[in-house]
Amino acid sequence: MSADTSTMDSTERTRALLTTAEPRRRRVDRAMTVLIWGAFALAMVPLVSLLWTVLFNGAGRISLEFLSYSMRGIFGGDPSGGIYHAVTGTLIITGWAALVSVPIGILVAIYLVEYGRGALARSVTFFVDVMTGIPSIVAGLFAVSLFTIFFGPGARFGFMGAVALSVLMIPVVVRSCEEMLKLVPNELREASYALGVPKWLTIVRVVLRTSVAGLTTGVLLAVARVIGETAPLLVAVGVTDSINFDAFDGRMMTLPVFIYRQYAQGLATCREGQEGCVADIALQNAWGAALTLIAIVMILNIAGRLVNRWFAPKLR
Amino acid sequence: MAQRIDVTDVNIYYGDFRAVEGVSMTVDPKSVTAFIGPSGCGKSTFLRTLNRMHEVIPGAYVEGKVELEGVDLYGDDVDPVAVRRNIGMVFQRPNPFPTMSIKDNVLAGVKLNNRKISKSDADDLVESSLRGANLWNEVKDRLDRPGSGLSGGQQQRLCIARAIAVKPQVVLMDEPCSALDPISTLAIEDLIQELKKDYTIVIVTHNMQQAARVSDRTAFFNIAGTGKPGRLIEMNDTATIFSSPAEKATEDYVSGRFG
Amino acid sequence: MTTTDSPPAPAAPVRRRRSSGDTERGFSRTFRWIATGSGALILATLAAVALFLIVRAWPAMTASSAELADAVPRYPDDTSFLAYVGPLVFGTLLAAVLALLMATPVAMGIALFISHYAPRRLAQVLGYLVDLLAAIPSVVYGLWGIAVLAPAVGPVWLWLNEYLGWFPLFAGGASPTARVLATVSVVLAVMILPIITAVSREVFLQTPKLHEEAALALGATRWEMVRTAVLPFGQSGVISAAMLGLGRALGETMAVLMILSPGFLYSFNILQAAQQQTIAAYIALDFPEASGLAVNALIATGLALFVITLAVNMAARAIVARRKEFSGAN
Repeated sequence: MSADTSTMDSTERTRALLTTAEPRRRRVDRAMTVLIWGAFALAMVPLVSLLWTVLFNGAGRISLEFLSYSMRGIFGGDPSGGIYHAVTGTLIITGWAALVSVPIGILVAIYLVEYGRGALARSVTFFVDVMTGIPSIVAGLFAVSLFTIFFGPGARFGFMGAVALSVLMIPVVVRSCEEMLKLVPNELREASYALGVPKWLTIVRVVLRTSVAGLTTGVLLAVARVIGETAPLLVAVGVTDSINFDAFDGRMMTLPVFIYRQYAQGLATCREGQEGCVADIALQNAWGAALTLIAIVMILNIAGRLVNRWFAPKLR
Repeated sequence: MAQRIDVTDVNIYYGDFRAVEGVSMTVDPKSVTAFIGPSGCGKSTFLRTLNRMHEVIPGAYVEGKVELEGVDLYGDDVDPVAVRRNIGMVFQRPNPFPTMSIKDNVLAGVKLNNRKISKSDADDLVESSLRGANLWNEVKDRLDRPGSGLSGGQQQRLCIARAIAVKPQVVLMDEPCSALDPISTLAIEDLIQELKKDYTIVIVTHNMQQAARVSDRTAFFNIAGTGKPGRLIEMNDTATIFSSPAEKATEDYVSGRFG
Repeated sequence: MTTTDSPPAPAAPVRRRRSSGDTERGFSRTFRWIATGSGALILATLAAVALFLIVRAWPAMTASSAELADAVPRYPDDTSFLAYVGPLVFGTLLAAVLALLMATPVAMGIALFISHYAPRRLAQVLGYLVDLLAAIPSVVYGLWGIAVLAPAVGPVWLWLNEYLGWFPLFAGGASPTARVLATVSVVLAVMILPIITAVSREVFLQTPKLHEEAALALGATRWEMVRTAVLPFGQSGVISAAMLGLGRALGETMAVLMILSPGFLYSFNILQAAQQQTIAAYIALDFPEASGLAVNALIATGLALFVITLAVNMAARAIVARRKEFSGAN
């Protein structure tokens, strides 16, 4: 009999041990779980709010006319005109920036992955990381300082902005391309060497060919990073209301700068009952341009990720 | 403090895949039970279900009953955290917390409770746990140094000290010597013999000699082939398993014909 | 470009004993030089940025305060150049530090959410959503800050000012339009969330499974596991992540420019209008209209910003690099 009761006792004791609600610990755990989910939810608030605001305020302004006319000769509350000059300016300047940054960035990535060792490689890696932290306005000042030495203090043209953007873009290109090149398995390189292919051809034909999808992704994401830059273009390229396709002569408008300028313009003064005058047209223009810019950035982001998903060779 | 474990009809799944099938067994208190079998037979997986550590693996779940002194570990009112507290575990590779001193490592489990423990009580607990793990004499002069500075065998004994500092009922060991050299292994095996005076011990091992040396009872697990679930083939006194097993597969395995 | 000879680190000397097995002939050797040259170009570019800024800032730094007061709008009379940059540096640091204080805890929460709390299948997608915050151009953040955030936080600032006005940061008269440093800091905090999250997430994910299981096997709850295994392991990573975020916040221009009503004071009143200004916003505001010595003065303030961010970023990267060497033991 006594054996039975002792079994009962120990079962009860064990039950007590295993179900010990240690309420304080459990409460802390529960509270932290809520806080951590809350942190994520909190971060989504500005994202959702911002995207919705831009869509809501910008969608009404988007029209074929808005996308295909410049602001030349548009004053006050005149609701005509559009962002064509800013879109082309953005594409031209970003295109030049990519043209400068992509070859340099890929070559640096090749250097780091295929050749780099020793002090130079270490300091390049370190300073590429440091360069990603250069404030964009400083890049703009650098471009101005550089070009005004040769072209006089008033020089402002598209390529200056492209150089400023390149300073910001090169480290991003290097970082992402480096990751992609590292993914190429060494066996492929060795197989190529074993066929007697020289190293540079191996890099071009095997390494770059294998990672071309990844490199494209890296470049697209880097373009998306800089296409929304405002401050360096504001100081290095200036503003204009007209279309300008020449990156080497005269000021150019870009979408981000256009947004800022329209915002800074504030309300137009309309007389009572004046025909074709919209008081807050500048703000509407800013929102419309913001929607266009965000659309471009999102398309680049999504395209970048899709390229990698669809075209990347299966390495394993 | 040692308690018995009864397992009835346990199936273990990873998502849709059934990893272990139909295991029933009894683990006696104050004894050493060894699980042996070829790799992939589910013995480690099964061991983890004894303290609900398998729940760390996404998609893993268990059917059946695992009882500690008659209390189902998977009952609705049972707290998995309390289960792990009462059924300690030592892993294949020693894993002291690298940022903590030897002393803090031993006290790690106790401190989780935030029970205010006086300095002298803490010192006593550190000493008794380290003595219990046969490590006290080697580290008593450097309790404030990081635990990662010890040798592999010492680190594993530190992990055992950490596990017994929270005064569990059962200690599970998942191939505790597989990453250690022969001398350290011997030290751990001696320690296991000491520990079984106070604890129920279950040890998974690849090493049949080790099972024969340290365990009182042995359970042999096997799989019919890749992709098939692991099963408990037989369980008996260790001497019986190694001298006259009932099953052909067991005999083949312990005589080294496969695995 | 006469500055290409500046890289401090000499090219790694080719080890002589390699030469016997050196298979590089012809174009391969040229290609190596092209690649290595590009690597050196990175160092040269950074050096060029510093050099050109110094060259163009020099006239302002050496000019007398009378000359500067003549040429530069808003230049306080009879003060040294340092007294002119001082309040700007102060405003820059104040805004960035406040943003950092708000962003770091939230970013750590998000990083833990993605690494240890979110359902595994969703984690990657959710992480991508956070990265989207980094893709939004700063000028759009500025628009949003004025149109949505400022009206929303205005009443909060008034309340803080009324009931917690004894606290130095909330002192002074709160501006009802909320075009104040507090609002700017909130926007900056949102903007630096993604970078802090991304770096912290990486280090949290690297926590050895062994240590997490050790904690769980001792009977730790999930939070206790995070506290004993994940956070100590990720500590230095989080510190450097925060410093990278600080670097970003220091240099952010447009959001500040569009939201803040600027002033040139050493003032902690973050709810009051016309108190502080940051370097980046100051340059963007005045540069398009500036000429002569004023340009040099602006570039000099830009140089100050460059030096500060460079120091912060180098410190952060040095911590990351050191961490990498140590974590090799795992």
